[in-house]
Amino acid sequence: MDALAHAVPWLGKRHPRAAGWLVIVLALAAPLIAAYFGRSWVRILDFALLYMLLALGLNLVVGFAGLLDLGYIAFYAVGAYTWAFLASPHFGVHLPFWLVLPLGAGFAALAGIILGTPVLRLRGDYLAIVTLGFGEIVRIFLNNLNHPVNITNGPQGINALDSLSLFGWDLAGTLRLGDFKVHSLYLYYYVFLLCVAGSIVFIRRLQISRIGRAWAAMRDDELAAKAIGINVRNMKLLAFALGATFGGVAGGLFGAFQGFVSPESFSLMESIAVLTMVVFGGMGNIVGAVVGALILTALPELLRYLALPVQEALFHRVVLDPEVLRMLLLSLAMIFMMLWRPGGLIPARARYARPELLGGETR
Amino acid sequence: MHTNPAAPLLQVDDIRVAYGGIQALKGVSLELYAGEMVCLIGANGAGKTTTLNAIAGMLPLAGGRIAYAGDDIGALPAHRRVRRGIALVPEGRGIFTRLTVEENLRMGAYARDDADAIETDLDRVYTLLPRIRERLAQVAGTLSGGEQQMLAIGRALLSRPRLLLLDEPSMGLAPQVVEKIFEVVQTVRDDGVTVLLVEQNAHLALAFASRGYVMESGRITLSGSGRALLADPSVRAAYLGE
Repeated sequence: MDALAHAVPWLGKRHPRAAGWLVIVLALAAPLIAAYFGRSWVRILDFALLYMLLALGLNLVVGFAGLLDLGYIAFYAVGAYTWAFLASPHFGVHLPFWLVLPLGAGFAALAGIILGTPVLRLRGDYLAIVTLGFGEIVRIFLNNLNHPVNITNGPQGINALDSLSLFGWDLAGTLRLGDFKVHSLYLYYYVFLLCVAGSIVFIRRLQISRIGRAWAAMRDDELAAKAIGINVRNMKLLAFALGATFGGVAGGLFGAFQGFVSPESFSLMESIAVLTMVVFGGMGNIVGAVVGALILTALPELLRYLALPVQEALFHRVVLDPEVLRMLLLSLAMIFMMLWRPGGLIPARARYARPELLGGETR
Repeated sequence: MHTNPAAPLLQVDDIRVAYGGIQALKGVSLELYAGEMVCLIGANGAGKTTTLNAIAGMLPLAGGRIAYAGDDIGALPAHRRVRRGIALVPEGRGIFTRLTVEENLRMGAYARDDADAIETDLDRVYTLLPRIRERLAQVAGTLSGGEQQMLAIGRALLSRPRLLLLDEPSMGLAPQVVEKIFEVVQTVRDDGVTVLLVEQNAHLALAFASRGYVMESGRITLSGSGRALLADPSVRAAYLGE
């Protein structure tokens, strides 16, 4: 609750309780407000929630443990393809979500350990390059594993994935409450919101736990962390595995929501976009990751809606493709952030200096 | 843990360490008896820090033996050695810069689970380092160099060590500050902690330590009491600038 309050600029400091409630009410009402501007905005909100899950998971690896991971989207891919393999006509398997989602998370965690093991001794730039390579390897595998035996269906991707069905209640359909119809997009929104809320609570507890403190120490000084008795190897593997788990869950949800997966969705640019969200929001800060994901998902879309008409009006034709504008916007966001708020929108340091954390050790 | 009082607490026997193809330690042997303060001096690159890091378990041995309290610990990972009572204050202090001072101190007790005793030890560290106590809520990266060194020592003490390995506590600090730090180290030694100290400042180190070892390119070339080494003409010429 108090953590939520930090997302609200002015009110958060003065009336944290009120600010917390404000965030909750806004989160619950968001799709209704968005619907006013058109249903596509609800869809964008759904995606923003998925990106929040990704940003939360990556923040765990990069922000908490200090391991720069440029191939994070690979775990998203593992989760999404797990869903595609186990819940689609592709192999004719249709397992329920409560099996597929944990399996996807598990495979992603395994992939995290597979990535983590060889890079234990690498740091900084070297780690970034190897993880980047890992992300690309996963994507290239997905692209090419369609022959001699067709596993991934190659660049065409896999179609007609099962939607999320919660114990017989299919989220892809429209929910009828009497005369009132609730569109699938809203249902997904609340399911995703629940996942994000759960993740925030979990990660928050993790952060102030023994593990979280071990990560913070390791991030600041690895040798000193070893010198006070932290098993740095295990802590790194745990960070990779846990971070990947969030990617895996988000990937599964993405597959179910989108109904279609292809290697294209898991490019290097996606890894960088998620990393940008984390850095922009404030590395090592849970609320920062959430706010970063929201802003950097919504802003480019907003721009897309504005850019086309504006360009038409000015030049009578489209000069810059909206997709180009998205990258431009991400880059600009980073530049302005470095200039004005090097710690991110909501810097993490202030949080660490909070007295409530000090009591953590004795409990 | 009672061991034979005549046997050394730490016995380093002919250890070798290599970085890639380069031999950093070419057979180093030294020993520390419980309650002693011993210093290791030598020029840059002689292998002093490597020796400390090898004892703390930060580096794999390419040969030789390290016996501590009667057990061979040469293959034990660093985090296990901390639990046995070996604490390292690394070169450059190794402060967790983004955590607060109190968080840093408490992290020192990471390997322990005796919560009450940790509180007692915290109080003792506060008494020992009053400057640190005034800054508990401050982010550690904003401390001065001397305060950071004090904090690093305090953090190491919170693991309740029997053997404290100190790597260049005087580095980059003003003489008055260095003196204060040495006073603290001496108090720690008086409380019964065995200390192995690596120093560039040979004069000071030899004055405080009961014994000393001199290292040169990966080997121990000389050893003796602090006083004897201070009087040794070759030591005076090489390390005391005379």
